[in-house]
Amino acid sequence: MIRRYQTVLFVILFAASVVMGVVLWQLRERAHQRLITGQNSTPTQAPEVAPAEKATFLVANDADSSLLGQEQILPLPQDPGARARLILGKLLDIYAASNALHPVPGGAASIEEVFLLPVPSSETSRPTSSRPASASRPPTEDSTGPQLAVVNLSSAFVAGHPAGIETESLTVLSLCGTLHANLPRVAQVRFLVDGQPRATLAGHADLTRTYLAAGAVSPEGAQQ
Amino acid sequence: MRSTNRSHARRTALQAAAFLVAATALLAPAQQPAPAPSAPPVVPSSPTSRFVVVLDAAHGGDDSGARIDSGSEKDVALALSVKLRSLLAARGFQVITTRESDATLDAVHRAEIANRSGAQACLSLHATESGSGIHLFASSLTPAAPTRIPAWKTAQGGFVTRSLALAGVVNSALQHANIPVTVGRTALPGVDSMTCPAIAVEIAPLHPANAAITSPADPAYQSQIAEALAAALLEWKTEARQP
Repeated sequence: MIRRYQTVLFVILFAASVVMGVVLWQLRERAHQRLITGQNSTPTQAPEVAPAEKATFLVANDADSSLLGQEQILPLPQDPGARARLILGKLLDIYAASNALHPVPGGAASIEEVFLLPVPSSETSRPTSSRPASASRPPTEDSTGPQLAVVNLSSAFVAGHPAGIETESLTVLSLCGTLHANLPRVAQVRFLVDGQPRATLAGHADLTRTYLAAGAVSPEGAQQ
Repeated sequence: MRSTNRSHARRTALQAAAFLVAATALLAPAQQPAPAPSAPPVVPSSPTSRFVVVLDAAHGGDDSGARIDSGSEKDVALALSVKLRSLLAARGFQVITTRESDATLDAVHRAEIANRSGAQACLSLHATESGSGIHLFASSLTPAAPTRIPAWKTAQGGFVTRSLALAGVVNSALQHANIPVTVGRTALPGVDSMTCPAIAVEIAPLHPANAAITSPADPAYQSQIAEALAAALLEWKTEARQP
C-alpha cells in the first residue's frame, strides 16, 4: 500500500526531472546556435591594421657589390620602432628568398627588435656612446633631433650569415641605408645580437662601433 | 811579505792602465770634428730604413673564417701570405708576417705587430666564396690628422688617405693582370687600429665568361694574385721613395 505523501513526492520529483530535461535541452540548443553564429562571423578578409605606404629598400647585390634602391607598397604601422622592425624584416625576407642577389638565411624573424633613441645633444657632434644603456631612457615623442637606432639581431641570423668582408659589409650597409631611407631621423645605427654586444657579424664586419646611417663611420663614433 | 807587496803594486798598475784606456775611449768621440751644418743628412743603412711590408693572413687556429670549397679561409690566406712573402723578399722588401702557421691571433695582436714594425704598407689577406674577383677594402673611418697618441680603435683614421692611395695602386696592378677588382670601404677590426697605410685584400672566386669558376683555393689563381700584389707594392715603394 503506497502512502499518499509518497505519491505526491514521486509526482513532484518526476515533474522536476522533466523540467530540468527541457531546460538542459534548451541550453544545449542555445550553445549550438552560439557556435554556429561564431563560425559565421569568421572574417573572410584580413583586417587592415595599418595604411599601405611606400617603403624604400637598399638591396645588396653580391655580383657587383652594389646597393640598389627598391620600392614596395606595404601596410606600415605608425609607431616608428615597429615600422623600423617591419621594414628591416622585409629587407631580410628579400635576402632569404631563393633567388636573392645577396643570399642570407633568416628572414624577418632575424630582427628581434629595433629601439629608436634620441641622440644626446653632447653626442650629436661626437657620437661616442657605445652603451645601449641609454635604451633605459624613453625617447621623447615630440623630439625632432637625430635618432640612434639600436638593431637587435638574433643569434641564429648571425650564425647563418655567410662569412666575408664584402658580404658582411653589404648586409650592414643595406640595413643602415634602409633605416635612413625610411626613417630620415635615424642618423646612427648600432647592432646587438640577442641583446648583447658582439665583435663581428660573421668574423669580419665590426659590430662594436656606431655606424652613421648615411655614410662612413666617424673616427669618434667608435667604441674606445 | 815581499810577494804580497809586489802583487799589490801590479794590481794598482793594472787599474791605472784600465782607467787610462777608459778615459781615452770616452774622450775620443768628443775629439772628432762635428759634421758641417751644410752636409746632407745621411740615411743610415740599418734594417729600420728598409721598406717594410706587413702581411696579415686573416683568421687562424680556432677561427677558420669562411668556408672555401672543402677548406677554410685561414688556409687560403696563409697560402697567399707565404707566396707573397717570397716574392716580396726577392724584390728587396722587409716582410713581416703576423702568422706563419695555423695559430690563433686576435685583431689586437695583429695590429700591435703592424704598428711596432713601422711598416709602409700593411695587407690583411682574406678569402670568401661570395662575389667575384678581388675585393679591396680601405677603412671606412673618416680621414683625420695623424696624432702622436691616437685612439686604439680609430688609429687608422690618420692613415686613411694613404690607405686609399695604396688601394688605388693595388687596384691598377690587379686590373693590369686582368683580375676583376671591387674597391670599397669597411669597418674591419684590426685594420682600423693599424698606424700604417693598410688595406684588406679579399679573394673571391673568379667567374670567367666561357670557363669554369676558379676557386680562391686554386694555387695558380693565388700565384697570379701574389704576382700582381708584389708588382703593386713595388710601385708603391717607388712612389714612396720619390721626394
